[in-house]
Amino acid sequence: MSKQVLLIEDEPNIIEAISFILSRDGWSVKTHSNGADAVEIVKERKPDVVILDVMLPGKSGYDILRELREDPENSALPVLMLTARGQTKDREIAERAGCDAFMTKPFSNADVLETVRALAAK
Amino acid sequence: MSTLNLLVAVCTAYVCFLFLVAFVADRLALQGKKAWLRSPLIYTLSLSIYCTAWTFYGAVGSAARNGFEYLTIYLGPTLVMISWWWLLRKLIRIGRTQKITSIADLISSRYGKSSLLAAGVTILAVIGTTPYIALQLQSVTLSFSVFAGQTGGIDPQDKAGLALWLSLGLAVFTVLFGTRNLDAKERHDGVVMAIAVEAVVKLVALLSVGIFVVWGVSGGLTEALARIDASEFGEWHTDRGRWAGLIFLSAAAFLCLPRTFQVLVVENDDESHLRTASWAFPLYLCLISLFVVPIAVVGLDVMPEGANPDLFVLTVPLALGENGLAMLSFLGGFSSATSMVIVAAIALSTMVSNHIVMPIWLQLRPSGASVSGDVRNAVLMARRISIVGVVMLGYLYYRMSSGGEALASIGLVAFCGLAQVLPAFLGGMFWRGATRLGAIAGLTAGFAIWLYTLYLPSFGVGTILPVSIVENGLFGLSWLKPDALFGIRGMDQLMHALFWSMVFNVVSFVVVSLVTFPSPLERLQAAQFVNIFDHSASARSWSGGTAQTEDLMVMAQRILGAGEAQALFLRHARRQGVRGNLPAPTPDFLEALERELASSVGAATAHAMVGQITGGMAISVEDLMAVADETAQMLEYSARLKEQSEELSRTALELRNANQKLTRLSIQKDAFLSQISHELRTPMTSIRAFSEILRDTDQMTPDEQSRYASIIHDEAQRLTRLLDDLLDLSVVENGQVNLNLREGTLRDALDRAVSSAAIGEDGVRLEIERNPAKEEILLHTDLDRLSQVFINLIANARKYCDATSPRLLIRVMQDADRVVVDFQDNGSGIAPEAVDMIFEKFARVSDQKAGGAGLGLAICRQVMTRLGGSVDYVPAARGATFRVVLPYRTALAAQ
Repeated sequence: MSKQVLLIEDEPNIIEAISFILSRDGWSVKTHSNGADAVEIVKERKPDVVILDVMLPGKSGYDILRELREDPENSALPVLMLTARGQTKDREIAERAGCDAFMTKPFSNADVLETVRALAAK
Repeated sequence: MSTLNLLVAVCTAYVCFLFLVAFVADRLALQGKKAWLRSPLIYTLSLSIYCTAWTFYGAVGSAARNGFEYLTIYLGPTLVMISWWWLLRKLIRIGRTQKITSIADLISSRYGKSSLLAAGVTILAVIGTTPYIALQLQSVTLSFSVFAGQTGGIDPQDKAGLALWLSLGLAVFTVLFGTRNLDAKERHDGVVMAIAVEAVVKLVALLSVGIFVVWGVSGGLTEALARIDASEFGEWHTDRGRWAGLIFLSAAAFLCLPRTFQVLVVENDDESHLRTASWAFPLYLCLISLFVVPIAVVGLDVMPEGANPDLFVLTVPLALGENGLAMLSFLGGFSSATSMVIVAAIALSTMVSNHIVMPIWLQLRPSGASVSGDVRNAVLMARRISIVGVVMLGYLYYRMSSGGEALASIGLVAFCGLAQVLPAFLGGMFWRGATRLGAIAGLTAGFAIWLYTLYLPSFGVGTILPVSIVENGLFGLSWLKPDALFGIRGMDQLMHALFWSMVFNVVSFVVVSLVTFPSPLERLQAAQFVNIFDHSASARSWSGGTAQTEDLMVMAQRILGAGEAQALFLRHARRQGVRGNLPAPTPDFLEALERELASSVGAATAHAMVGQITGGMAISVEDLMAVADETAQMLEYSARLKEQSEELSRTALELRNANQKLTRLSIQKDAFLSQISHELRTPMTSIRAFSEILRDTDQMTPDEQSRYASIIHDEAQRLTRLLDDLLDLSVVENGQVNLNLREGTLRDALDRAVSSAAIGEDGVRLEIERNPAKEEILLHTDLDRLSQVFINLIANARKYCDATSPRLLIRVMQDADRVVVDFQDNGSGIAPEAVDMIFEKFARVSDQKAGGAGLGLAICRQVMTRLGGSVDYVPAARGATFRVVLPYRTALAAQ
């Protein structure tokens, strides 16, 4: 069974692009576009890798990540954070919140694929 | 040896004796043996300076001419002395506490240190005293010629030379003993002692002549009295008015003459001496006048018809062959003359140098570089030159007048001139309301009348005053005749002058004083003078102590702080080589301390404080005034500081407000940049991702290809819109926008805006309420830009109105000079703290994603400014209300 990626992102075009890239590489891609209940969805779906946007309606990606890390089951869950804000302090906040990888939009498709593969292999 | 040479030898010997007396007295004074020098007796004898050669020779002359009238000259001073408790005690107290150096100084000091008054009184004194000095010179030369007449006459050349030598000798004596030291109080022990000795010589000489005349010539007291009865004296009656006038005049002169003021007030060492002098001096006067009448009667009997009665004292013994007695009498006259010239020269030189020479010298001297020794030398030099000047002036007057004027009349003219000082003098001591201008007015009026009615005529008709004026009056007005002012005749010239000058003097003094206001310094001085006993009593309680270093320390600590004060005292103690921490209060130390204190509290205050503690002196009014001045300056300075500090805190508050606003804006700007970054990166992400997919993916359906391409296209357009907004704002802001002015109705503009903004991309429709009839207003403006503003406002209402069923009311109002369009929604409005931010660039009311980049309202405001109108948030209204105002000018074309 192919490994599952949960993509939490609210921009429809980006959802479509990432889904396309990962599906073609053999990943099972689930998507969710609301921040408010994202933590429950992660717990429910139990994905192998999570791709998490920072700016989400309802709850920010940082908060979601912090909540996940507090949960023993998901403390080691591989998370790739995406953000459209490219400043250094955004990366610092993300790392302190406990992300495994951090990418700034716009990204190269190959980098995303490679990063997701690397996270899943951990 | 000729008589003349003998006389010169005797005079020289006598003068040498006086030098010796003065020298010894000065020596003793230096050694501190003052008690003996300053006894009440010496004080009383020195007062006899009042009795000059005029009294010595002239009294007999006066008695021979006018009978007992000569007594008036003694009655005036006697009355003054008897009333000492009431008048002189106060005068002397004032003199001591105010450190008065002369009558001019007294008047000036009382009237607010007026230098004009001081100079005026000085000039008056010089004018009044110069003839008097001339008189003394004349009496000496006359007496010389009387002696010489016995042996064959004396030529006028010799007389002039004699007067010159005499003047020079007196000047030298006065310079030597009169300018020894420059005390604050001008005391001259040597001179006073010499004068006391001369007083004794005078008295002894006159008494000897008197005794000789009564017992030697008349043959006893009873015979002498009988002889007087037999003479015309028994018939001579007295003119009461003239007597009163003369008594008044001599009393005034006793107070106001510079030389009597000098010995009476300035040289006074102890107030208690007055008590003795109050009876001893009248006694002296009594003794000196005792034999005047017998001498006069005998003189009239013995001497040939036409003999000068002024010289009876000398000629009677000579005529009767008593050469020794005549010599004694000559010495008496000589003593009277010299002592008068010496003291008058001292008194006048003090006034001239203090009130005329020094002020001029200080003015002329280049400013800066003022060394105290420098000034001291200058004062001494001025004093010496003044003495020589005063004596020489007398000599010149003598040479010029050289008339046989009766001695007594010159004296009375001078008395009358100096009496003009009296109203200002007494008024100053007893009337607080007397003012400087009053004193000046009184003095000027009195002096002018005296000059016109008495002094100038005294030179003889036609000498200075033209005959026409004397006969017809000034300007031909008969009521201005110098001997009959206002047509009043029948008084003799002296009484006439005295009456009118005093009337004008007193009236001007009182009237001007009543209508003018004294300066603060004058007011203080007036209080000091009039209530001298209240003031000096408290002042005296401060004095008398020795310098108390502990007290100084306490004060210094209070002002400088304990550490600094102790360091200062210790430093000086080390310098003085004193063990312990407290230095001796030497002048050096006190000066240093005063300087140190002055830097904290001001020079005058420091001086007053140190002065009080060391007890060296009472605090004078000037000191207090200076303290007050300093305090006022400090107050003003601190008020300025306070003002500045208030201004600073205002500025600080403004800066703080500005800073807060800047900080908020900066935060907003950061957030905006972040937002812009997000807004730009999001479409770019899609574009990059799909373009890579299109590039890298091999098998792709045409549908997929076209779909992904159109996503790239849409996102590219979204980017463009965002950039357009940014550029639009920048352009409008910089004023580079080109307005496309055309005509159209407000309704059209609103229609366009509503149709493009009322429905969002999510399809939610905003309900809009309008009154189209009111919107029919023709506008002449850039309708596209106006619509852009309306679109923004409507879109904001749609995006931010938090009501469950959002509704927007567009209300149009029109008045005389503008059109107002309100956009009012039914939401909760904008939070007050956010109101002043919403029109700023990059501002967003909330962080919540609402689509805009925070540029909309900023653009609106810029656009409306360009259109000459405005857009504002109206806080009081219900819901969020934005008001667009178009000026009448824009709407005018539509009317």
